[in-house]
Amino acid sequence: MTLELNGQPSNDIPAELSGTQQFRSDGPTSAATSQDVLLSVQDLHVWFELKRWGFLNAGHVRAVDGVSFDLHHGEAIGIVGESGCGKTTLMKTILGLYQPVQGNVKFDSQDLSELTTRDMQTYRSKVGYVQQDPYGALPPFMTVERILSEPMIVSGIKNRSVQSQRIHDVLTEVKMTPVDDFLTKFPHMLSGGQQQRIVIARAMILKPQLIVADEPVSMLDASVRVEILRLLQKLQASHNLSVIYITHDLSTVRYFSDRIFVMYAGKLIERADVNALLRTPLHPYTQALLAATPDPDYRNALTHKELPPGEPPSLVNPPEGCRFHPRCPKRIEGLCEVEVPPDFEPVPNHYTACWLLR
Amino acid sequence: MSNLRELVRYPAAVIGLLMISVLVGFAIYALATLPYDEAVRLWRGGEAIWYNTPKKAAPVWTNWFRKEDLPATITIDSADGSIVKTREQVSEDVTDIQFAYTFDYPYTTFPEDISIYFDTKYDEKPPHVSLTWLTPDGREIRIASMTAESSLVYRLDQDSKLERRLQLPDSIQSHEGLFMDPESEELVALPGVYTLQVSASVFEPESDVDAEVVIYGQVYGLAGTDHRRRDITVALLWGTPIALAFGLLAAIGTSVTTLVIAAIGTWYGGWVDALIQRITEVNLILPVLPILIMVGTFYSKSLWVILGVIILLGIFGGGIKTYRAIFLQVKESPYIEAAQAYGANDARIIFSYLLPRIIPTLVPNLVTLVPSFVFLEAALSVLGLGDPVMPTWGKVISDARVNGALYQGNYYWILQPSALLMLTGLAFSLVGFALDRIFNPRLRGR
Repeated sequence: MTLELNGQPSNDIPAELSGTQQFRSDGPTSAATSQDVLLSVQDLHVWFELKRWGFLNAGHVRAVDGVSFDLHHGEAIGIVGESGCGKTTLMKTILGLYQPVQGNVKFDSQDLSELTTRDMQTYRSKVGYVQQDPYGALPPFMTVERILSEPMIVSGIKNRSVQSQRIHDVLTEVKMTPVDDFLTKFPHMLSGGQQQRIVIARAMILKPQLIVADEPVSMLDASVRVEILRLLQKLQASHNLSVIYITHDLSTVRYFSDRIFVMYAGKLIERADVNALLRTPLHPYTQALLAATPDPDYRNALTHKELPPGEPPSLVNPPEGCRFHPRCPKRIEGLCEVEVPPDFEPVPNHYTACWLLR
Repeated sequence: MSNLRELVRYPAAVIGLLMISVLVGFAIYALATLPYDEAVRLWRGGEAIWYNTPKKAAPVWTNWFRKEDLPATITIDSADGSIVKTREQVSEDVTDIQFAYTFDYPYTTFPEDISIYFDTKYDEKPPHVSLTWLTPDGREIRIASMTAESSLVYRLDQDSKLERRLQLPDSIQSHEGLFMDPESEELVALPGVYTLQVSASVFEPESDVDAEVVIYGQVYGLAGTDHRRRDITVALLWGTPIALAFGLLAAIGTSVTTLVIAAIGTWYGGWVDALIQRITEVNLILPVLPILIMVGTFYSKSLWVILGVIILLGIFGGGIKTYRAIFLQVKESPYIEAAQAYGANDARIIFSYLLPRIIPTLVPNLVTLVPSFVFLEAALSVLGLGDPVMPTWGKVISDARVNGALYQGNYYWILQPSALLMLTGLAFSLVGFALDRIFNPRLRGR
């Protein structure tokens, strides 16, 4: 398995868009100690109950089914996976919008499920949320100023001058200048890129320690994507932010992720540093995912890539054993379909849940 | 608010707004000139208050459409100083007081009736009064002589002696006899200057005689009078603020509560939503009008009680279903999720994030709802469930209907309040439809 996209930077393509030169290896990686941990997710299960006739239990959708990882101060992780693999559910559980049925999310060593209402509010002010659809993420009937003051009002920052000072600061930071021109605008008066800057400004206004970005650039024009990614990158560096970057687009994930987690059918199947994962993917699914990344190189125009057949499994009745085994080209009969693979560490700091690497 | 400025671009809306402002001006005028208690007192008042107005008289402006003008009411009071009295001492005990009412009567039609309201002052012995009628062609007719007690009312048509003296056929009443043109073949009044002479003999030095002569016309005021001699202007004027207040309160009361309940149900979902939906479904099949009639018959006819019942029944109205459909969509908006993520509580999400989205649907709806409640109030009045105290448009229509206004040709009585009702409906509908187009641009014509 080779990594065409990663290995051979194409000279014709702007570096930003092909994303081949922006690898980061300097961030705090898993070498960091446990004191450094900002967010810790342990054995997280988020299930949604299915109902028949309105009250009978008809099973569960196991959107997140046993996810564990640690996120360090100032670290950026990318979570990649197909649509419907549970990455958005994982993110919303981290944001406190869903309650896990099992396992927990700890922020600064505090379990979210044990927080009081007031502590939960403090937690929410420490986590910023950048959404996918910038227009939908902004209330259409509020001005920019009102949109940005809402989180402060909710968090009890009532002082008007403090509010307007912060709004000025954060808008300057997201390069919405001159600030006063934008304050009275409604979202529909702004371009997509500007809307996404406002979304980022709203996420930043409470001075968070963690930013959760759910496909922040997937609905933007290619020309604007780079600017937004650079903006996020800059904010992360200047505020020492931790970032969870959720995407299905591998070409943007390298922009500022230190580690990449690959998610499949509610489980994390591979966790590794960006370079390691992209150069030497170990799990067959990761390999397939990387192979499916479009490669803008004319020499590939006529080559055909082998991809695993079938579709991602139903999350109501996931396959026994390894969830990828029905589609896996390298499955080991008698093992893969029977036992769930634990996390192996064939290379230091490179974890993968695959029996091939036991 | 820029939406509201857009209204100017719709001529229909401008006309509607003008009509609403006229109605509001009317209401303000009513509130400013006639205090509520006074209005109720006038409306509830009987002959004691309305003694000097004619019965079932058409408005003055109806004369514009007639070949021959109907007479207006002429009221002359000797007590207000407009008439010069002459006192003459006849003997030690007797003093003569003489005065005359002179008035121009330019009509060839007859008045309704003539009454004289005496106000005499004496200690023991009441004055003696005799009345003489002078016609423009120089005839002198003795009307009556009587002892005038302090508040004697002399009604011309009820005096049988006068009737005999005038020797008129049965079909002609005494007051018509006084105005009749004797030269004419037909029964017409003689226009010109008439005089009613009063000569009184008083028997005490301090004693005095005053009298108010009322020649009841066949037209009266701006809006005419009803069967109880009441000036309908009172009801038309005061009906405006009552109708507007009732319509607005009922419309706002029902739609705002409906909106909030729909938002709460949709937001919390689950059993809260299910409960609200079931209550709505049951409420929707309850017949509103029979319930209102029951409340009016057995409990209270007060306008405000009826308003309360209407709002109560309207809370779980059909609007809940419409609003719920919109809220279900809005609830899934990413900005709601963002608000949850930064910690906005349920109340804030419902009132600051869900509700503002529905304003475009609510505002035109609200405006078009106002007249329907105004009509409902009028309909209840016509059914005899109107507020017994308040002067309302519906009450006027109800009185007119009960007293056979249409059979007797008193069209003004029923048409004026109906016109005001229609004006209200039209005004609010014009504005409502324009607002609907502004808030929902897809409705605009191509």
